[in-house]
Amino acid sequence: MNISISLTEIGSELHAKLTGEIDAYTAPQVKESLHPYAEKAGVKMIVDLTDVSYMDSTGLGVFVGLFKKLKSENGNLILTGLSDRLKRLFEITGLADVMNVNTEVEGGV
Amino acid sequence: MDFRDTIESKYRDIMNNYLNDQNEQSLYQAQKLSRKLIEHHIVPEEIISLHKTIMLENELTRKSFSDSFDILLEVMIGYGLSYREHQSLRTEQLALKSEIEVAASMQQTLLGTTVPKIDGLDIGAISVPARQMNGDYHHFIKDENQCLGIAIADVIGKGIPAALSMSMIKYAMDSLPENRHNPSAILESLNRVVEQNVDPSMFITMCYGVYNPWNHKFLYASAGHEPGFFYSSENQTFQDLDGKGLLLGIDKKTKYKEYELNVLQGDMIILLSDGVTECRTKEGFIERENLIGYIEKNIHLHPQEIVANIYKDLERLQEFELRDDFTLIILKRTE
Repeated sequence: MNISISLTEIGSELHAKLTGEIDAYTAPQVKESLHPYAEKAGVKMIVDLTDVSYMDSTGLGVFVGLFKKLKSENGNLILTGLSDRLKRLFEITGLADVMNVNTEVEGGV
Repeated sequence: MDFRDTIESKYRDIMNNYLNDQNEQSLYQAQKLSRKLIEHHIVPEEIISLHKTIMLENELTRKSFSDSFDILLEVMIGYGLSYREHQSLRTEQLALKSEIEVAASMQQTLLGTTVPKIDGLDIGAISVPARQMNGDYHHFIKDENQCLGIAIADVIGKGIPAALSMSMIKYAMDSLPENRHNPSAILESLNRVVEQNVDPSMFITMCYGVYNPWNHKFLYASAGHEPGFFYSSENQTFQDLDGKGLLLGIDKKTKYKEYELNVLQGDMIILLSDGVTECRTKEGFIERENLIGYIEKNIHLHPQEIVANIYKDLERLQEFELRDDFTLIILKRTE
């Protein structure tokens, strides 16, 4: 039920690293931290979920909201470092086909 | 100087000014200071302690003692207002709580579904909310031809908007008779409605199927819903009810694929919400294979008993604390 969020802004890219669990208690925090960036135009948002041990559908809701917002502002959402369990969640819901979801973490800048 | 030092020095100034010359200006400044203290979460005890310290630094006369309390009173009035606001908020909160209780019971009444009787089919269903409003929804519909339509959905999003989405599903099913045999059409039409009408971070997973007791076929489509199981009594094996499809409410152009199963005597169709597979125990998540084990343990019972027993077992495993709404439906062909 804990989450820690670290953000790094590099030009029009936002790199976010989340650690912990994304559930009904922590999802609002994630939304509050990331949503303001999604509202700017043309932002590339890369979220590293390597250290996210659990995510439920409320967490999914946050990413769906971010995805839609970024898309409407010509931005981009990329999720990386998903565990098998998380990957499965995105596959079952069909989101893996519409969102950029990969299990490799992008190389450092 | 940090904020606390500023406070101390400000309070001291106001006190000393007032002790020298009991004027309105100092009282007004004390009032202003009070608002700042509350904004910065300074607790009343700190002020009283500071007051005591300042008084002990001064000459204590009956008059100075009494005058000093005029200042303290001004400061405390602010805290008093805060306290009354807190009480009023608490009353509001209690009122909201009972409103939710009313909404939850309305939800049960308006959206309730009864398990129909279908010849040659035993049906078991259980749905338990984790909190007051159930985010899972399921609905049975039987038509004049004895065909059974069954929907199971999980609304992501809470409270009243989520419950209203469920009404959309129910009325879509009840009012589209020609589509009831066409799971793809039902999901496509619901998808368009949800996409238009629902807030961007709300979405719905859903599985809709129709069982035809004449040809014993089960036709279904899924919108991102947790896959169920199909039990073959001939092979005594379980397989996942595959079904790919995007969640409802993401893209209004989404198309849904239909899948067909032949249901032989003794076969079972098991539909569930992710509250079942997300059960967390001391050892970690219950895996789908473990769930199959629980079903197998109860396999000879009537589906209603199977679902009740599984719920009891999983409830106990989670130490009676449901993490998520729990819905489990089992159809068994008996003849």
